[in-house]
Amino acid sequence: MVHTFQCLGVRIAVDVNSGAVHVLDELTYDLLSALAEREENGESLAGELPAALTAALPQYDPAALAEAWEELRELKQGGLLFEADDYIDRDKAASMQQQALVKALCLHVSHDCNLRCKYCFASTGDFGTGKRMTMDIDTAKQAIDFVIAKSGNRRNIEVDFFGGEPLMAMDTVKATVEYARSIEEQHGKCFRFTITTNGVLLDDENIAYINREMSNAVLSMDGRKEVNDDLRPTINGKGSYDVIVPKFKKLIAGRGTKDYYLRGTFTRFHKDFAEDVKALAAIGKNVSVEPVVGKETDPYAIQESDLPELKAEYEKLAEYLKDHRETNFFHFNVDLQQGPCVIKRLRGCGAGCEYVAITPDGDIYPCHQFVGNEDYKLGSVKDGTFDNSLSSRFAGLNVYTREECAHCWARFYCSGGCSASNLLVGGDINHPHKVGCELERKRLECAIALKAIDAGMDE
Amino acid sequence: MKHIKTLNGATLKKSAAHGGCGECQTSCQSACKTSCTVANQKCENR
Repeated sequence: MVHTFQCLGVRIAVDVNSGAVHVLDELTYDLLSALAEREENGESLAGELPAALTAALPQYDPAALAEAWEELRELKQGGLLFEADDYIDRDKAASMQQQALVKALCLHVSHDCNLRCKYCFASTGDFGTGKRMTMDIDTAKQAIDFVIAKSGNRRNIEVDFFGGEPLMAMDTVKATVEYARSIEEQHGKCFRFTITTNGVLLDDENIAYINREMSNAVLSMDGRKEVNDDLRPTINGKGSYDVIVPKFKKLIAGRGTKDYYLRGTFTRFHKDFAEDVKALAAIGKNVSVEPVVGKETDPYAIQESDLPELKAEYEKLAEYLKDHRETNFFHFNVDLQQGPCVIKRLRGCGAGCEYVAITPDGDIYPCHQFVGNEDYKLGSVKDGTFDNSLSSRFAGLNVYTREECAHCWARFYCSGGCSASNLLVGGDINHPHKVGCELERKRLECAIALKAIDAGMDE
Repeated sequence: MKHIKTLNGATLKKSAAHGGCGECQTSCQSACKTSCTVANQKCENR
């Protein structure tokens, strides 16, 4: 399968199964696009240029087309075009998933929040339970014991402190880190901690703590002051921008070589999100801004009718970033050479199997977005229950079991999308939804085009 | 080649030979909580 597209003035062909990416001149682009439209596997490249293709491209000199055809044949013979996917060991991938090794926790240390964001999937902190609470230290320790026991021979364990707002439970955060560090060596584990915060409670002490202990800090805000303050008010209805920005700047200044991201959400209320990326980039160079998660009936949710405008906005953002390469926009990052192996790319996020969320009560859910949905409760770290059958359902999901993915050129970059979003929008964890898929594909096209430009192949 | 520049080779196919150790970062943990792109992650087994 070959996908051809034009972005930022560059003509690109992605050979889906091999991972090869080519930059083409106009004639070759039109020739390959015409071929890929007619044939899934490029069978004709076994022989001479078909007369039908020459006839379909009357604007070009037949001799030049024949010359380009020979180059395409050479790529196919070298395994760089129309490659089959029969090299993928699906049994190996499937068996790896069924072991239900949990190696990453989203630890909900707080189901309470000091902001009232209008699009909050967690119902402003309590996940719709009506019960605002923080996790006690015993439960946090049980969560650490749980992941050590469930991670088998996996060495690297990730724990993300999440909420609600995790800084409202800073004692639990510190006790969890201390406990995990005290036992990681004896169990042959290496813990990596991250935190996702809205910044309101940051002070010098916890900034220093986060910069010492957290390998990544995700700093939530939405970009321009007017956008942020519209969507992320405090409990009293005031804007949060002026409270958090000085604190985020201080944290970033002390970050050293550790990762951080200024992380924003865009909604259909403010579709010119490229301006928010620029506003965030003025605060720190690592920026992540992405579409809101919401049901179609939510007033802020992205609708299918928004897609043309949003795709144009991504392209506008890519144009800007082309000339501002110091800004690291997370969703245009793609590592073509050294990214994850194809086995990893089959199965995506790992929610419900290698990644789970744990609530302040100790309940286990497939990920943070499932919290509160009793149909998807996996168990509890309090009583040691874990629903292997439900976990296996998630583990069994991959780009070949999701029908839409099996025919999508982006399957090895996106790996099947988000099960929680699929459930929320389409009612089924196994079926990706159109809006999310189209935006993902557009982001990937922009990302790959920027790679071509970085390599000087746009000339 | 005159008409084609190859930006990236068959890296995906090559990765199948050594893949599947499972030590890599969990996708949604990486930078934000609703992102599922895996293509920007690092392999831990290189």
